[in-house]
Amino acid sequence: MKKEYIMGNSAIALGAVSAGISLAAGYPGTPSSEIIETIEKYNNGNIHLEWSVNEKAALEVAAAASYAGARSLVTMKQVGLNVAADPLMSLAYVGVKGGMVIVVADDPGPISSQTEQDTRMFAEFCRIPVFDPSSPEEAFEMIKEAFDFSEKYKTPVLFRPTTRICHAYASVEFDESFSPKPYEGFVKDSKRWVIFPKLSFANHAMIEKRNPEIGNDFSEYSRNTACGKGKKAVFTSGISYAYVKEYLKDRDDVTVCRIATPYPFPEKLVLSALDGVEEVLCIEELSPYIETQIQRVAGIHKLGVSIFGKTTWHIAAAGENSSDSAAKALKAFLGDSAEETGIDLSDIPPLPVRPPVLCAGCPHRASFYAVKQAMKGRKAFFCGDIGCYTLGNAMPLDMVDTCLCMGAGVTMAQGLYHMEKDAVSFAFIGDSTFFASGMTGVVNAVYNEADMILCVLDNSTTAMTGHQPHPGTGKNMMGSFVEKISIPDILKGMGVKRIETVNPFELAKAVDTVKSCAEEKGVKAIIFAAPCIALYKPEKKMCINDNCINCKKCIKEVGCPATVIVNGRVSIDASLCTGCGLCAQVCPVNAIGGEGDE
Amino acid sequence: MNKDILLCGVGGQGTVLASKLIASSAMECGNTVHSAETIGMAQRGGSVTSHVRIGENAFSPLIPMGKADMILAFEPAEAVRNLCYLKKGGVVIVNSVPVKPVTESLHDTGYDGTEMIAYLRKKVDELVVINADEICKSLGSAKIFNVAILGAAVGTGRLGIDAETVLKEIETKVPKKFTEINKRAFFAGKQIGESYAVK
Repeated sequence: MKKEYIMGNSAIALGAVSAGISLAAGYPGTPSSEIIETIEKYNNGNIHLEWSVNEKAALEVAAAASYAGARSLVTMKQVGLNVAADPLMSLAYVGVKGGMVIVVADDPGPISSQTEQDTRMFAEFCRIPVFDPSSPEEAFEMIKEAFDFSEKYKTPVLFRPTTRICHAYASVEFDESFSPKPYEGFVKDSKRWVIFPKLSFANHAMIEKRNPEIGNDFSEYSRNTACGKGKKAVFTSGISYAYVKEYLKDRDDVTVCRIATPYPFPEKLVLSALDGVEEVLCIEELSPYIETQIQRVAGIHKLGVSIFGKTTWHIAAAGENSSDSAAKALKAFLGDSAEETGIDLSDIPPLPVRPPVLCAGCPHRASFYAVKQAMKGRKAFFCGDIGCYTLGNAMPLDMVDTCLCMGAGVTMAQGLYHMEKDAVSFAFIGDSTFFASGMTGVVNAVYNEADMILCVLDNSTTAMTGHQPHPGTGKNMMGSFVEKISIPDILKGMGVKRIETVNPFELAKAVDTVKSCAEEKGVKAIIFAAPCIALYKPEKKMCINDNCINCKKCIKEVGCPATVIVNGRVSIDASLCTGCGLCAQVCPVNAIGGEGDE
Repeated sequence: MNKDILLCGVGGQGTVLASKLIASSAMECGNTVHSAETIGMAQRGGSVTSHVRIGENAFSPLIPMGKADMILAFEPAEAVRNLCYLKKGGVVIVNSVPVKPVTESLHDTGYDGTEMIAYLRKKVDELVVINADEICKSLGSAKIFNVAILGAAVGTGRLGIDAETVLKEIETKVPKKFTEINKRAFFAGKQIGESYAVK
């Protein structure tokens, strides 16, 4: 046995590996990305591991592995499940043979996501079980149990940690000798594996009969717990359970019921926990899922119990909970007196705000700046997308007019073109996002005759989520070097007639290319190719010479973190500068040069 | 032992290594440890925190407000931003050198950290102020402040972890070619921490 201090995501990965998975597939997304990365670290070659092109592909690859009888794991963030919803809804009807766990990391806050959607609701919508761990240690054990339930009921199951579980660290003890669980192989049976209305009808009926039985099974499951006594009860789940424990510690004058499997709801356990209870407080994040389930149970069983939580505004409707918000709600619910342990900060001075920004030397800054310069004085729309380059919205660049979801920039640029033909419509998309969900949008543009300029910001990595490889990088998660899939070749194959590749740091050339593309009809593509600065750090630094007239154009137009004002003068922070030279090309008086340059 | 230590700063300052060294040192001494880090978009120039919770009494990965025994602040405004976590009588070790946000260059508010240090002096009895630029310059590396501030924390005697354990962890966790300079940074910080502890 080996003991290691690891992140929640690593605990989930090691739990799945210990459970004997033969295949794991996912698409990067905060806060889920480290699960696949941990498996890579421990994989002895017996597990097929991949970053799939998107979440839908990952889920389908894994589903087939489970049809063959093998245990499989899928990982994604919550919005990724929207992409994978199509196969999952059908898979819930068809079912699986080998255990299949779909880890979907929710992000209350949201801290780095577009939505505060709740995967527990998705589980109910799909009619499949969902597991909700409360700590990294528990996640390690629970995912193994999730595989067992999956096989017992021949259904895919969801496993839903939240950011604070995924990114928390704890010590986990595990056996290093992993081996995949042996499997039978795919046995042809079209009545089982081919979804048709007849099968869907039969299986839908089976599922509705089965799920209450799973609920009863879950009432006996050791991670669904009720302890304490009294007329008041707290119902909670996930990280909120840890916050409740942090406040109550070992107190037993209140019932604490912790729901580890929100769907199918462990109704028997909840009913016994509600015995003699007059008031209930539900502390959970995202949707009031447990709360509405208790409302339902109380209604069916005509219980005279008051239920407080999100629906009564006792718990915040949006944003994440914390030890402090939970303590405040519990104090009010239990009538406890307030105890002040902190310092009085009523006179706190105003603090500087620190919005996230593109790194110093980031090639995206140069790409955005080139397009902005080329479109000066012209009506133009800039449709953004999901990735580091969403940060192009910040001042002074201000180059993101829309951002909706993965791949939407490509298609939204078309909608704007069809409505306002006097404007130049741009779509900005990163290389990884292009592969994940940008390609079909390009076909749509060519087919439906949109005039637009597609800007592929190709930095040869999936930067925002921690530099994962993708089909354009020439590497995969089995350690193989594979042929790079060329974005220009794809675009050519899809019928894009004009495809340019430029280095965004060659500013004049980049501006000219944009201008010339804007004069042409149809779909044009410009690949702005330069590697992510976090992966490739040049040694060169820029410096400012005596020509500087302190006009601050470099700061006002480019906004690189390395150009700063020191004692009223523009200067370059050498600890941040990467020597990209964009500021030098913007300077009107040639006052910025490379190290040693005059 | 039950101790809650909060580290805060700006993305890229090296708070994560310092928190990992505290966590692994505390575990070496036989403690249960939990911690939580800022990961994702905020890492790019945003405010970051690491919460390290030592002992069996911690359930939440994040320290509740007003409960931290110690704050290690890599930037003056970040110390003030996170002061709500400090308990009465808790220790703050702060770097006096400010990190100006990019927005500061666009709209100059004159932020230079001095107002923050003054506020800390008013509010915190157990305050250790370190100038990271001076300490880095004397050691000839811009990247050792995280270990220096850890040394200061040990030097105050309030961290509950001894120097030998931390030094051993530096040897195992820091790449070989940087161990020596990090050890020197640790001792430089420790000396500063000790001089405050005597007071």
